[in-house]
Amino acid sequence: MTLLEERPSPTLGTGSRCVDEDRAGMRFRVHRDAMTSEEVFREEIEKIFAHTWLYVGHESEIPGPGDYVRRPVAGRPLFMVRGAKSGRVNVFHNTCTHRGAVVCRQDKGTSKVFQCFYHAWTFDSEGKLVGVPGKDAYDDRLDMDALGLGRVAKVESYRGFVFCSFDQDIVDLPTYLAGAREYLDLVVDAMDGDVQIVPGTNQYGMQANWKLLVENSIDGYHAASTHDTYFKYLVSLGTDLSIGVKGVTKDLGNGHAVLEYLAPWGRPVARWEPNFGEEAKPEIEALRQRLVDKHGPERAGQMCDVNRNMLIYPNLIINDIMAVTVRTFMPTSPTSMEITAWEAAPGDEQPEVRQRRLDSFLTFLGPGGFATPDDIEALESCQQGFASGGIEWNDISRGMNREPEATDEEQMRAFWRRWSEQMDGAR
Amino acid sequence: MTPMTPMTPTAPMTLTATSPLEEVTRPQVEDLLYLEAELLDDWELDSWLTLYTDDAHYEIPCTDDPGGTGQTSLMLIHDNRMRMASRVERLNSRKAHREYPHSNLRHLVTNVRLHGVVDGELKVRASFLVNRCRAGRETTYTGRFDYRLVLQDDALRIRYKRVTLDMTSLRPASDVAVIL
Repeated sequence: MTLLEERPSPTLGTGSRCVDEDRAGMRFRVHRDAMTSEEVFREEIEKIFAHTWLYVGHESEIPGPGDYVRRPVAGRPLFMVRGAKSGRVNVFHNTCTHRGAVVCRQDKGTSKVFQCFYHAWTFDSEGKLVGVPGKDAYDDRLDMDALGLGRVAKVESYRGFVFCSFDQDIVDLPTYLAGAREYLDLVVDAMDGDVQIVPGTNQYGMQANWKLLVENSIDGYHAASTHDTYFKYLVSLGTDLSIGVKGVTKDLGNGHAVLEYLAPWGRPVARWEPNFGEEAKPEIEALRQRLVDKHGPERAGQMCDVNRNMLIYPNLIINDIMAVTVRTFMPTSPTSMEITAWEAAPGDEQPEVRQRRLDSFLTFLGPGGFATPDDIEALESCQQGFASGGIEWNDISRGMNREPEATDEEQMRAFWRRWSEQMDGAR
Repeated sequence: MTPMTPMTPTAPMTLTATSPLEEVTRPQVEDLLYLEAELLDDWELDSWLTLYTDDAHYEIPCTDDPGGTGQTSLMLIHDNRMRMASRVERLNSRKAHREYPHSNLRHLVTNVRLHGVVDGELKVRASFLVNRCRAGRETTYTGRFDYRLVLQDDALRIRYKRVTLDMTSLRPASDVAVIL
């Protein structure tokens, strides 16, 4: 650990020590301690993950009263349940208010009550304590109202995407989302507002710092080199890749960022590629026409032809590419993380279109896809490289000399600037 | 090597022209599954493909959705024969970075049971344990195989293979970049 010796001034916070931006000199560097230090990792849990909006799940996962899913959020076991009486989305700390055992013990399901198996205290789907065996032992003094399940401090939903925060004083979710809102709107509107999470979850892990996956998920520069085999696969099926990855990267405020580019590959809504087959052409055209009629040619073009790799700070990725993936991840140590990824699709999709969408996802994405395993290898390789020492800084300066293009790194700088602020103590 | 010839001298896969699928014995099925295991362990992936029919499927559902199908669920793998061939081509290249260099693999296939012929396919169930060693890390995959086998030009071939993982997540396994 060289951090203490290296710090330019002992008064600097961890953010300023680790993120070094020189706009005039067009140099942006991140100290590798940010990816390796135990101390930085512990600070991140307190300064970042306790003071941001974090993705819990999607409302479509719990459509009916009492439907629930368990979710680890920032390493804490939580569960999200639709209240049987209120119909609202509740997010609770998954722990009995008596002696601590988890009260929701299945990953998903439907239940009117959650009973702790240890001493059989029972809570309803609104979190209210409704049953305690042998209540006479407390006379009448057991405060049932005060002993309801612990609600996560803040829970809000934006167009079906449910977030929570452990910070009671955090800004409201729409304000927090800043420029990311209009990009979420594009994804949701392209599905006519009916976004569903498809059954089946990619739950995997890697031996790399979580911020490397932030960078990688919105990195246009690595596509051609790392994913050569994927592009060869597309070419073998007749896809024309000559347009390359052309587009822009944008800072969306509050640490959020997007990489936008014309799709070289097909998109289920609604850009045809040879892989989809000739028979799919009229159907894809009809889908596109519907969006043009509804949203006009410009916005419809954005929905159909443009890929979006979006980061919602700090750890949610929504990539609207050859399919739409919703991906979140959490560090378990400075050098390891757990990743959970889902696929989003329009609820009313025709079976053939759904099938193409599902297959399209798998060709690139997921632990068995033709690309994701190589990203895992790349990030683990970076982490191994850091351990080698000798070099202290990563360079993230690409494109500081121009209006940032799709292969530039402005979107990563947006993340790092906000990370640096928060690590210096900003809320 | 063509699919019609026996893969190795120790693989008695060729059956008599008259033997119907109902007469296939467990040892014959085991020979096929053991041969598949050996080819995968030896990274003879082009030969591995020849064990499959031209309309074959190979699939792995997600760990939280073991009953999922490629029509309605997100899967880990949902390959038709074309994507199986692409997967092999990718793994044979030096640019499938997760598998270059290749892992040392050991496929252990056991508890093989024949579950009768349905719609012209012999259904087979087996248990497996696949060990994957690479760069100082050892990962174990365990679960069940479901096969549907057919007779094609007198030889037993795989039309369908489904891998249901016992692991509740791919942590720490990370990925299924290898063929199980």
